[in-house]
Amino acid sequence: MRRIWAIKVFLGLLCLALMVPAGLDLYRHRHFDIPIVAGPGVTRVTRLSDYGPGLKGTIADTLIFVLEGQEEGGKALIMANTHANEPEGLLAALIMIENAVVEKGTLFITPQFNHSASRNTKPGDGYPLYFSVQTGWGEKTIRMGNRDASPLDQWPDPDVYIHYPDKQLLSFIDARNTNRTWPGRPNGLRMERVPFAAMELMRNEKVDIAVDIHGAETMFPVTNCIVAPEKSIRIATMAALTVKAREGFDSRVEPSPVGFRGLSHREIGDHADTMPFLLEAPIPFLDQPTGPKTEKFLLDGKDPFLLSLSRKKKLFVPYDESGWPLEKRVGQHCSLILEILRQHARRFPDRTVSVRGVPSYADILEKGVGHYFHDPARAEKRRVYLN
Amino acid sequence: MPLVMLGYYFISAFLVIILVWNFLREKKNIEDMILYLLVVVPLVLRILRVK
Repeated sequence: MRRIWAIKVFLGLLCLALMVPAGLDLYRHRHFDIPIVAGPGVTRVTRLSDYGPGLKGTIADTLIFVLEGQEEGGKALIMANTHANEPEGLLAALIMIENAVVEKGTLFITPQFNHSASRNTKPGDGYPLYFSVQTGWGEKTIRMGNRDASPLDQWPDPDVYIHYPDKQLLSFIDARNTNRTWPGRPNGLRMERVPFAAMELMRNEKVDIAVDIHGAETMFPVTNCIVAPEKSIRIATMAALTVKAREGFDSRVEPSPVGFRGLSHREIGDHADTMPFLLEAPIPFLDQPTGPKTEKFLLDGKDPFLLSLSRKKKLFVPYDESGWPLEKRVGQHCSLILEILRQHARRFPDRTVSVRGVPSYADILEKGVGHYFHDPARAEKRRVYLN
Repeated sequence: MPLVMLGYYFISAFLVIILVWNFLREKKNIEDMILYLLVVVPLVLRILRVK
């Protein structure tokens, strides 16, 4: 009898020894804030709940950095971390927040669109909880998120997610995926309220362009591209051709499917006057047949299994020993956003959004992503936002 | 917090109590003891709103 109790105490302590440190790691991750230094172009910071009151006081509420120019012009909305496990979008948005200056028009940037997902993790897939980018003043640590909002913030999942308003049946998990719940509704699921608030922002502020920044597997056909519906496809095509000619990288154009509902590039255009664009950069880290999902792999995109698959022509992007480093992915996003704004300005001069200070693809390849981040410890306190 | 979510926390707490109770009552089978502890982990993490 005493032996059994000794075993029970041992097992209980072993369980606690495993659960407490792991639980603390997960708790710290959920409550870890990324400091964002509002750059010279940020004129005010607002919240998504200002456009969708249903989000007020919830974890789904998120910051919107507003960069207003001296001259009136058009308006653009940049959304990153719709899928928080695709961090190149977040980094491109942070670079813009910390460096961009708008000369004409207005830029709205929301770096953590699915804020709950950015505080969620995928430990079952061995995702790192954080990754760091080297800067001139040290390391900038970024919280790695997950594709979907945390079940802690929206529960229970339905058996099947019925899209609103089209009633298309989608996977149950898409109820927590803010790129399946567009255009959303004010009193629906929490992850339907997030895109609804963004739709309200676009409708109320008369936003001309919305760019949703993503990343996709190298084995997924819709990767390394701009997805655009009919109304945006001309500008998307011109942007893709121009970056190819000027900057030497490929990003083809994919038409937004009419029959697949809930996606930003479809619903924004159908429910507002805004022109939507969705950017996809290849992220080898997201592919399934790879080695361990390490921080290094996330940053350099190098994997021997993908290299082997590339030689067998199984990937949808060129892939060699150099992998797909973070600089390349973030650089592509920055250059494509700038080019979309330029092409839009050429077509609608009175709705121009003119931006300076954002590095191009070549700049980021040369200097690295971290070069463009400011030290929050040295910045003015009131200009540092925790998100 | 929606009522269903609240209900889920009560169910999780109830299961934790049952599992711990069974763990304490188990007299012989060590494998069952380990299983009770393994099953209890995600429920505890959910109740504490960690994961």
